[in-house]
Amino acid sequence: MLLTPGPPSGAASWGGRFAAPVTYLVFGLLDILVFGLHAKGTVTFSFTPEFAKVRVPNLGLPAQVTAYVCGAATLALAAARLLEVFGVVRLGRVPRRVIIGLVLFLFVIALLAWASGGQSIPFNVVNLLAGTLSDSIPIMLGALTAVICSTSGVINIAIEGQLLLGAFCAAIATTVTGSLWLGLVCGALAGSLVAALLAVFAIAYRVDQVVLGVVLNTLVLGLTGYLYNAIMVPYGNTLNSPATFNPVKIPGLGDIPIIGPVFFDASVFLYITYVLLAVIQFGLARTRWGLRTRAVGEHPVAADTVGIRVLATRYRNVIIAGLIAGIGGAYFTVGSVGSFGPDMSSGEGYIALAAMIFGRYTPFGAIGAALLFGFTTQLQSILSSINVPIQSNLLLLTPYVVTIIVVAGLVGKVRGPRAEGIPYVKS
Amino acid sequence: MTTPPPALPSPEPGPSTTGPSAAPQAEDEDAKAKDGRSFGDFLREAVQENTVTVTVLALLSATVLGGLLTAFTNSGVLHAWSNFFSAPGNAIAKAWDAASGTYVALFEGSVFNPHTISALFQQASFSTAIHDGYLSAVFNPLSETAVQATPLILAGLAVALPYQAGLFNIGGQSQFIGGAIMSAWLGYAVNLPFFVHVVVCVIGGFVGGAAIGWLAGEIKARTGAHEVIVTIMLNYVMQYFLAYLLSSQSLLQASGSSNAITPAIASDAHLPLLAGTHLRINAGFLIALACAFAVWWLLNRTTTGFEFRSVGANASASRVAGMNVERNWSLVMLIGGGLAGLAASTVILGTDFTLNPQSYGTYGIDAITVALLGLGRPGGVVAAGLLFGALHAGSPGMQTATGTPVQIVQVIQALMVLFVAAPPLVRATFRLRAARARGVSTSMSKGWNA
Amino acid sequence: MELELRGITKRFGLLAANDGISLSVAPGQVHALLGENGAGKTTLMNVLYGLTQPDEGEILLDGEPAKFGSPRDAIAAGIGMVHQHFMLVPVFTVADNVTLGHESSDFSRGGLGGSSPRGILGRGGLLNRGKARRDVADLSHRYGLDVDPDALVGELPVGIQQRVEIVKALIRQANVLILDEPTAVLTPAETEELFRIIRQLKEGGTSVIFISHKLREVQAIADTITVLRRGQVVGQRTPPVTEDDLASLMVGRNVQLRVSKQPAKPGEVVLDVADLTVGDSGGLPVNGLSFQVRAGEILGIAGVQGNGQTELCEALMGLRPTVGGSVTVNGRDLTRASPRARLRAGVAYVPEDRREDGLVGTFSVAENLILDMYDRPPYASGINLHLPAVRANATERIQEFDIRTGSPATPAGTLSGGNQQKVILAREVGREHKVLIASQPTRGLDVGSIEFVHRRIIEQRDHGVAVVIVSSELDEIYALADRIAVMYEGKITGFRDPDVPAAELGRLMAGGADSSGVPGATVEADGALLVDGAQPVREADPAHEGGAAPDGDPGYDGDGAPAPADQEEA
Repeated sequence: MLLTPGPPSGAASWGGRFAAPVTYLVFGLLDILVFGLHAKGTVTFSFTPEFAKVRVPNLGLPAQVTAYVCGAATLALAAARLLEVFGVVRLGRVPRRVIIGLVLFLFVIALLAWASGGQSIPFNVVNLLAGTLSDSIPIMLGALTAVICSTSGVINIAIEGQLLLGAFCAAIATTVTGSLWLGLVCGALAGSLVAALLAVFAIAYRVDQVVLGVVLNTLVLGLTGYLYNAIMVPYGNTLNSPATFNPVKIPGLGDIPIIGPVFFDASVFLYITYVLLAVIQFGLARTRWGLRTRAVGEHPVAADTVGIRVLATRYRNVIIAGLIAGIGGAYFTVGSVGSFGPDMSSGEGYIALAAMIFGRYTPFGAIGAALLFGFTTQLQSILSSINVPIQSNLLLLTPYVVTIIVVAGLVGKVRGPRAEGIPYVKS
Repeated sequence: MTTPPPALPSPEPGPSTTGPSAAPQAEDEDAKAKDGRSFGDFLREAVQENTVTVTVLALLSATVLGGLLTAFTNSGVLHAWSNFFSAPGNAIAKAWDAASGTYVALFEGSVFNPHTISALFQQASFSTAIHDGYLSAVFNPLSETAVQATPLILAGLAVALPYQAGLFNIGGQSQFIGGAIMSAWLGYAVNLPFFVHVVVCVIGGFVGGAAIGWLAGEIKARTGAHEVIVTIMLNYVMQYFLAYLLSSQSLLQASGSSNAITPAIASDAHLPLLAGTHLRINAGFLIALACAFAVWWLLNRTTTGFEFRSVGANASASRVAGMNVERNWSLVMLIGGGLAGLAASTVILGTDFTLNPQSYGTYGIDAITVALLGLGRPGGVVAAGLLFGALHAGSPGMQTATGTPVQIVQVIQALMVLFVAAPPLVRATFRLRAARARGVSTSMSKGWNA
Repeated sequence: MELELRGITKRFGLLAANDGISLSVAPGQVHALLGENGAGKTTLMNVLYGLTQPDEGEILLDGEPAKFGSPRDAIAAGIGMVHQHFMLVPVFTVADNVTLGHESSDFSRGGLGGSSPRGILGRGGLLNRGKARRDVADLSHRYGLDVDPDALVGELPVGIQQRVEIVKALIRQANVLILDEPTAVLTPAETEELFRIIRQLKEGGTSVIFISHKLREVQAIADTITVLRRGQVVGQRTPPVTEDDLASLMVGRNVQLRVSKQPAKPGEVVLDVADLTVGDSGGLPVNGLSFQVRAGEILGIAGVQGNGQTELCEALMGLRPTVGGSVTVNGRDLTRASPRARLRAGVAYVPEDRREDGLVGTFSVAENLILDMYDRPPYASGINLHLPAVRANATERIQEFDIRTGSPATPAGTLSGGNQQKVILAREVGREHKVLIASQPTRGLDVGSIEFVHRRIIEQRDHGVAVVIVSSELDEIYALADRIAVMYEGKITGFRDPDVPAAELGRLMAGGADSSGVPGATVEADGALLVDGAQPVREADPAHEGGAAPDGDPGYDGDGAPAPADQEEA
């Protein structure tokens, strides 16, 4: 299981119960003491991209007050959560998640108030959101891969390797053939190749799945690094200069103010993600495939006794999921920067896993969590571009710190499918 | 406690069928031993059924695959193969040359290079030969292997020890960096008497790594978050943190230049050399071996190690028996992190003498492959560390001589681990019979199906 | 459909789990398969259900040989099975569980429609949950099973889960229904309900194969009894037949069904549990529970699995935090003590799940024998382990407890169930202790091991230890206890002396109120089946239909029922 049980529940073990209110408290204090105290001037938010048909008016707020207000609201939420810990109030599951979202939202507002306060150029929210979506694409696709595999009972730690090999193969395929779509397909196939290796070793040879995933990632890292140096560097023009997909604007939908430019004027990969999300969510909840997949991950013995072929189902699902990760990998090259570089995926495969856990093993939840992580990456790059007085390296490590905080502090007890990671042995 | 998952309908009598059915076969074996076997039978069995055979074949397979990869990414070879049908002999010869050339170069760089002997005997006199380092040159490859193996062994132990306790420590890189920061800073910023200085720096390295390891262990113990994700995130965090520290002269950066690098370590903080000034082998190698022994002793001869192993094998039963599982997690991660920090010390104080943003190299990743190849046991880690150390020692020369990029080493390492991880795959390929449950294969399979 | 098994043989290594077994089941008959744990009953049923292939022999349906390569084949041939450990996915609804694997078949008609993807239900694999719901409701009404198609299985009480399993078999047109130890998790009243259902199935022409090791039940429900021992058929009987006859067939010798014991000589109160309350995300599995145990006496806590027994034992051992009440041993308050402190204070514990909680399977027998003493002299001084002392201890214990193992270095996980339990017992009683808590101490053990364990427990009592046995087997309670407490929904519903009739216990086990506490108080006999031979009891009258009223039946509790036994604990 990806989450091992900690100390027995119900205890006042300080990690479990107090983690959330303490985390919110920290955020609130940051809002006030770091952002509030140092904010100055007015922060202006703009909501319109450059060439939009409909212009939405800018929003200007006094920076320091904004930060203080955010901090105060966060502290109130922390207090509410603390009351719940002591049993004074009762919060349902949904309000608790809403609170998490609110705390993070207020934190970002306060951060932006401080960072952008007093600047001459307004802070373009649309760019932030659109950038978030595009930065999140590999994580979203990786998280969907993870969801399918985990639901079937297989822990797929090799998503990182699937992304990386997908990026590599897409770059070469597109450069050599000149076709973007062929590159995408090759990337997908590369991802499923790694997934097939994972499936064989995990299902047939019953190797420990966590160890196996890490080893496969190492293999892909070494292989792509080696091939990069051996053939891509000397033959860059013929092997590593792919074209990239252009953004595609959906007519009509793309012109809606604020939402349009964010959701409907973007990369093809994002549209693929929408479709996959819908298909997978629907598939798992409403189709025979979904029911059987979930049975295989929860109680493979029961599934076996009603005649479902457990191992075949796992193989099929893992390999198909690998295609999705491969597409996510292709995004790194033919979807954005073009040529391949060593270790391009820089840990996003692992972040995708964290997104799945944070999203409670559901497709929508995983996508939501992936967006959160993508947001921190996007925020970091925007902040460095507006010359915020934080050293660039410190900014670069924020997505990773956020992941740790989220997985440790905010996730709480998440149970994955009961048979996750346990190889199935027929008697 | 979790209630047990519904059991497979299993036949009730006798031992469980989910594990290797050792009991009936063990009786069979005892009977056979009493009958006595011919030496030929014994040898044949030992070769065909022994798990060591499987391991050796696994390593060989990986080597062969690596060789194929090297050959077929070599432009000369590819060119020759494009004319395969007109000159098949040439194509095959070229492929063979490329592959074997790579391995020969690796061997010469890590074990023994015959040219050094001839160079030695060309010297005028024995004393000048020694003085100018020609004798040392003969042992240089071995010395380099030891030098490369040192941090690999220590980092491998950093993964293997928590593995015995059921934790997968992939945070070697973050713990290495923690140790590197401490030992580097103590090395240049602090003034201490001759012997004390180096000892303090080494201990500092342990402490730096232990702190990061402990952090990961605590997070797992208190919140149940899986150590894989937390440690990988910490790897990236520490990587950027190191770059940050080296970016400002008020922190760790050396004054006088804009390079992201610390000042040089004081010379009395260098680890003493073991075989003269021409060879790099230093006390770090001894530290590595001593730590391997210490880890073995800890695991098998102490109550702490007993707890670690118990928690790793069955945390539930350990809890019922009164052990504090979470405390053990924290402790084992602390020690593991410390070992990774020691690895950093041996690098900073033994060969590099300074710290830069890339100092962590590939030690974190290599640690995992070393530990897995060594089957999670201290003895195995030393053996695997030496093997991979040899690969690392030989690879710069290999790249110079044949043009093969050094990353091939990483590929070979990962392939080795993959093949060793799946004995059935190797057995099927080479048509070996399954090894009997003599205790060796049972303990190996424990590690892979945690 | 006439089912016949001829000469079925199945070997695992050198062991013949089934050895030339032949029996036949006529349509509309209940055929009981009786045998102790390890006799080969489950293996035989696995063969019949297609989960495993026989090495020799054949299965004949209406005279025609049939081959079952997988459960699919068996199901298609009309064989349904309700396993001892339910094959239900807890997070799925009843309807989803029932239709899993056959989602696109047409259930409303008689035949088993093809499971082609373009079945009558929806296209392309889309689930038709409405139809599934209707089919489940129809079927359960027809047989009086009454399950709610939309309920989450994990939240249902065990008795209802069993009904879901039965519906699952029936919906696939089962002609032969195999029930593997079905009453292990039922109260006496629920057992009576089950028997009613079985009789109704019989009337409908379904045959039932009833696997059990409980003599009384088998006599009450079966038309034919086949006794298995060590993989072979040792006899066939038609009821009525004496218990001694069946028992000696089962075990092969004259069996002392009860270990003889001297009357207890209880001393001072050693273990005092007062108002103990354990909280959980779902409620209060232990809710204000109190009892006392004196030195030299055995308190047997009876109750159906799932009424908080597991949580109670964990709380007593400090493995689960309490939110109220206290635990005192010899005056020392251990309520907040760690498990280690309690072990040191002289509490010995034999956990319910020996593989998961009692032993480290990959550790050797020797290591397991010191699992909670490894850091004390003579096994260690400071941090150093003294391996010779460990080995010496192992040799001694192995001999003393007759543990069958190749050597002290053998991994404990490879031992048989009985020997594993001996290891745990040897460890726990080998150390100084004043209290012994044993939960389900003989579950899954063969009769020889059961005798051994019972004898040891009584021995401990005679040495002055305060013993608490938690067991869902009334036979065991009657065999061992000097005093009986009944647990229901986290509370003790009553204390009784060991001469209490089983009907009374059954009533308390099902939540009946504690009346005056006078033994033998008149109570309607609903399910007096599980009583042991020594007490004169009112027999259940098999001809007396409707022994339990359909409404207000205390055994069937749809709401507020305790969480079922194989539910994940939060």
